Amino acid sequence: MDNSATTPVRKEVVEEMLPYLTENFGNPSSIYDPGKISKHAIEKARKKVADAIGAEENEIYFTSGGTESDNWAVKGIAFANRHKGKHIITSSIEHHAILHACSWLEGQGFEVTYLPVDRYGMVSPEELENAIRDDTILITVMLANNEIGTIQPVEEIGKIAREKRIYFHTDAVQAIGHVPIDVKKMNLDLLSLSGHKFGGPKGCGALYIRKGTKIEALLHGGAQERKRRAGTENVPSIVGLGKAIELATGEIEETNKTLLEIRERLIDGLLKIPKTHLNGHPTQRLANNVNVTFEYIEGESLLLLLNAKGIFASTGSACNSTSLEPSHVLTACGVPHEIVHGSLRLSLGRMNTHEDVDRVLEVLPEIVQKLRNMSPLTPQEYRTF
Amino acid sequence: MDYSVKVMDHFSNPRNMGSIENSDGIGEVGNAKCGDIMKIFLKVEEDRIVDVKFQTFGCGAAIASSSMATELIKGKTLKEAWELSNKAVAEALDGLPPIKMHCSMLAEEAIHEAINDYLRKKGLEPWTE
Ligand SMILES: Cc1ncc(COP(=O)(O)O)c(C=O)c1O
Ligand code: FES
Repeated sequence: MDNSATTPVRKEVVEEMLPYLTENFGNPSSIYDPGKISKHAIEKARKKVADAIGAEENEIYFTSGGTESDNWAVKGIAFANRHKGKHIITSSIEHHAILHACSWLEGQGFEVTYLPVDRYGMVSPEELENAIRDDTILITVMLANNEIGTIQPVEEIGKIAREKRIYFHTDAVQAIGHVPIDVKKMNLDLLSLSGHKFGGPKGCGALYIRKGTKIEALLHGGAQERKRRAGTENVPSIVGLGKAIELATGEIEETNKTLLEIRERLIDGLLKIPKTHLNGHPTQRLANNVNVTFEYIEGESLLLLLNAKGIFASTGSACNSTSLEPSHVLTACGVPHEIVHGSLRLSLGRMNTHEDVDRVLEVLPEIVQKLRNMSPLTPQEYRTF
Repeated sequence: MDYSVKVMDHFSNPRNMGSIENSDGIGEVGNAKCGDIMKIFLKVEEDRIVDVKFQTFGCGAAIASSSMATELIKGKTLKEAWELSNKAVAEALDGLPPIKMHCSMLAEEAIHEAINDYLRKKGLEPWTE
């Protein structure tokens, strides 16, 4: 139950990819026939990505994943527009691919406003509007958060950005296949997505760049991707990404319907455990995201006990991060440090069933109790030992 | 996390977990690194630790370190228990990942605190070295 971390490549996707790993290995830049086969495959995939988000084909650029797309959007816009200003607005709960790119830009002389969020992880469009300055060149706010699943009012933000003529980027990495996207309706200038989050291959993503957007390249070299992103294309993965996004967006309603049922059952069941809280928004959240906190216990030990029962999940606990810092997302939502410790994210995918929910609800209460009995923080009334 | 078989064993079946009513010394320490807490309860007779229990709010390595540390000091004299280093605890667990070494510090410090709590209650000078 960690589908927000990654998903398996779907069978249909693998099948489409295979010929481009074997017989169709031509370099798309070559003018002979095998090269053209690869080139056509890429253009077919580009059309699929464009259709999935309401964009034009020539507005889609393939990248090595969400991280590259985010970095390209933020740095590329910053450097191409620095004569106009040096101010960027983002939120405090972005993925590190955005936050670390922004802090790097701060070292390059740019100024960044990190908008706060409310306790549900929601950015306020009014606060965003107030943060806009004469020299603001970019607003980047994610569509859906990877830890708590909160869906931002992107359409509203897009309207503000367009009125003020400021470029607007959204990280839609977690939203594809869950939130219907129309880049025109949402007034988006840039959008990042990543294949492995929706049944496509890892290390392959795309950046949507609206026609006419002034952006610098991140990678310089060959003339691929209309001279904006150099490097021989990852043909098999691009083909896979195209197939995966076609499937994911085509099945969006069906998937969400099933996932919502599972999600609600899980949340209801988990909240029956005393001193358990839901993190993120109760309704404006991804259909596949469950994030709860169990007071008095620590997340890494929770994950280890779940792992022993064959349940794979994630946590925002400081003990489970290489930086030993608690989740910046939960912290920004105002969750106190020791409570962030006991957070558990279960992110659902196509393979999860109601039986999985039964299993989680069967083993989790025992595991939580075991750790609570072990913890010096647990009040007597919540101990059984 | 890449834990040794021993760490996983002590984590899954912690020894000496719980508390002692009428204990002779209690040590509670927090971890400055990640914010975790360990509490050690001692029962002492004639300078010897006859019983020890722990409670830990922390990761797998912290729980395993607590468990191992209590095993290592049970039946030992206070002086011997004082000498137990976090390195020795980690070694007894067949090693800890580098990023988790600080979790074993918690055990060493909690034992020191508990011993000093006992000494103070006895009206004795707490130890520093
Ligand atoms: C919201 C968000 N943005 C960006 C990324 C990075 O994507 P990738 O793993 O493709 O580099 C992730 C992946 O964890 C994500 O969840
Ligand atoms: S107790 Fe936090 S990392 Fe071990």
